[in-house]
Amino acid sequence: MTPRATFPHKFLPYLLLAPQLAITLVFFYWPASQAVRQSLFREDPFGLRSTFVGLANFKHVLSQPNYINSLEVTVVFSVLTTLISMGAALLLAVMAEKVVRGRGLYRTLMIWPYAVAPAIAGMLWLFMFNPSFGTLAFPLRWLGLNWDPLLNSGQAMVLLIAAAAWKQVSYNFLFFVAGLQSIPKSLLEAASIDGAGEARRFWTITFPLLAPTTFFLLVVNSVYALFDTFGIIDAVTGGGPGRATETLVYKVYKDGFVNLILGDSAAESVILMAIVIALTAVQFRYIERKVHYG
Amino acid sequence: MKFRTLLAAATALAMMSPVVAEAKTQITWWHAMTGANSEVVNKLTKDFNASQSDYEVVPVFKGTYAETLNAGIAAFRAGQAPDIIQVFDVGTGVMMNAEGAIKPVADVLSDAGYKFDKSQYIPGVVAYYSKPDGTMLSFPYNSSSPILYYNKDIFQKAGLDVNNPPKTWDEVWADAKKIKSSGAAECGYTSTWLTWIHLENFAAWNDVPYGTNQNGLAGKDVKLEINAPIYVNHFQAIADLAKDGTFKYGGRTSEAKQIFLAGTCGIMTESSGGIGDVVKAGMNFGVGTLPYDSSSKNAPQNTIPGGASLWVFAGKSDAEYKGVAAFFNYLSNTDVQVYLHETSGYIPITLAAYEAAKKSGFYEKNPGRETPILEMTGKQPTDNSKGVRLVNLPQVRDIENEEFEKMLAGKQDAKQALDNAVERGNAAIQQAIGQ
Repeated sequence: MTPRATFPHKFLPYLLLAPQLAITLVFFYWPASQAVRQSLFREDPFGLRSTFVGLANFKHVLSQPNYINSLEVTVVFSVLTTLISMGAALLLAVMAEKVVRGRGLYRTLMIWPYAVAPAIAGMLWLFMFNPSFGTLAFPLRWLGLNWDPLLNSGQAMVLLIAAAAWKQVSYNFLFFVAGLQSIPKSLLEAASIDGAGEARRFWTITFPLLAPTTFFLLVVNSVYALFDTFGIIDAVTGGGPGRATETLVYKVYKDGFVNLILGDSAAESVILMAIVIALTAVQFRYIERKVHYG
Repeated sequence: MKFRTLLAAATALAMMSPVVAEAKTQITWWHAMTGANSEVVNKLTKDFNASQSDYEVVPVFKGTYAETLNAGIAAFRAGQAPDIIQVFDVGTGVMMNAEGAIKPVADVLSDAGYKFDKSQYIPGVVAYYSKPDGTMLSFPYNSSSPILYYNKDIFQKAGLDVNNPPKTWDEVWADAKKIKSSGAAECGYTSTWLTWIHLENFAAWNDVPYGTNQNGLAGKDVKLEINAPIYVNHFQAIADLAKDGTFKYGGRTSEAKQIFLAGTCGIMTESSGGIGDVVKAGMNFGVGTLPYDSSSKNAPQNTIPGGASLWVFAGKSDAEYKGVAAFFNYLSNTDVQVYLHETSGYIPITLAAYEAAKKSGFYEKNPGRETPILEMTGKQPTDNSKGVRLVNLPQVRDIENEEFEKMLAGKQDAKQALDNAVERGNAAIQQAIGQ
């Protein structure tokens, strides 16, 4: 059905694609192939001796209870971070639409946290909630809560999710605001005239029409929660207490760079890569079908 | 793929380090010193650079000890290694296992025409950083020993004798309870580095084995023995104190220092290298020797050096090695060592510097500063107290820390925590030496 565009040039399209292809090759295919190669070898940290071991690294990794643990941690962390950051951003975006005066200022302030680097965001939250010197840890304790994320794994997870979600709210907010603006006012007005209340208008008109934005953000946020939160985890909990906040990505780093077991670490990163490819494929194949592109 | 990205990032960072290539040969030194100790690094290099015109040492801060080691390894693999890297005590086994990546300091010095006279150095420190045949592999820069710090104001308030710090662990527990129950402070006792102080030094100081094969000094194949009753009793005492907050956990490395400096806890065990920050904080504090277990017959034995040493990477030019040798020679100067010792709390590495500090009356004016030296040199080391050397000690420490955290959170008792640590630690050691 779509009109087929034809281009007279044979090489121009490739030339125009070249920069993107080069970047993908250098920053994705090459390192990914290196990781696959590394995952089949056992090597000392300095790379002085290495032996081919086949799939032994994968076998070892998958037999560790710690790996299953970090898989669970990752699921809990990613799902909650994505839901909370998207939910909060949607609420704020809808509210921002109602602001009459100072809307620009309000929006600017909302977008601000996005400029903060993950590690810095982590430090900010750490300074606020550190049990020994955190400014907000005192009121928490005053309220009778035994606040100790250094040892209490549930609290550590809450702190981490809050920091990771907070950081991503601005990004989601920006897209939701843009999405909301593209919804025709006439539809909403017509619904009002028909007597639909605010909640009903939101769920029957706004939310379905936002679906493309929501879907896009779902993909971006899942990838963010899976990968880009490394800095926050490293700064806030370092994977602890115990291994309560050790996500798959953090485990790759821990095994590779702290424990210096490069083979295991590479095997873990290959598995992670497979998970992400599968996840993205599923999202595009099944969820995108239900998305209505206005 | 994340892992490769990180590697690439580390390499990019390595290449970005300032290049001021003039006539001077540049020597890069990656270090992990923060706070008062980083000022010492900057002053030492500045003074060395001013003292001669052939070499310029450029210190680069690379993060924590573990981060610095990892950055060095990543840079070596990418062919961008620095000349000198500061590696913490636990990384010693990792570096020793990497022949071919490093150049022994003994060779660096003798190739450049410096005479290296071992008898000039404090024996325990040099031995720790040498091969079994006696070749010194790395240059001890900052050696420390765990000591006890106590807040004299809190002691006074709690009705404890301000001039009599606790000597045994039982006394520490008793004093900590008194501090807590009297309301003098929110918590009685805290400690940095549980693994280094309460396992590795606990073993040496009480003359009990940490693992088989002389704790790894006689061979790489080590079975951990840290679930013996003496350890279990010790950690159960800590776990019990943690229940009502008499003991407060700060973190896996030196985070607990903040709790002590904030006046939250009355007693702390920490590296002698932390004294600079305690002095800077202006606290009314006292120092005591590391407590020992009263059930041990030979305690106190001797402590093992912590801190870090400087390693030289292989594959550098002759000019760079000459510069490194000149810098190490400079660091061995008595004046430099005395300065290092007096400002940082680290142990002087030459006997001459120790004598000079003694003669100048430094220890009379600053009681407690001799403590770490006496702890380390007091007795002839036994098989249990020469040190702990595992090819993957950082990993084993992580395992131990994980189990301690579960224990302190009340999820398991000390026996279970230490049994788990032994089992998981042994498996990790087997994997590491199986390469």
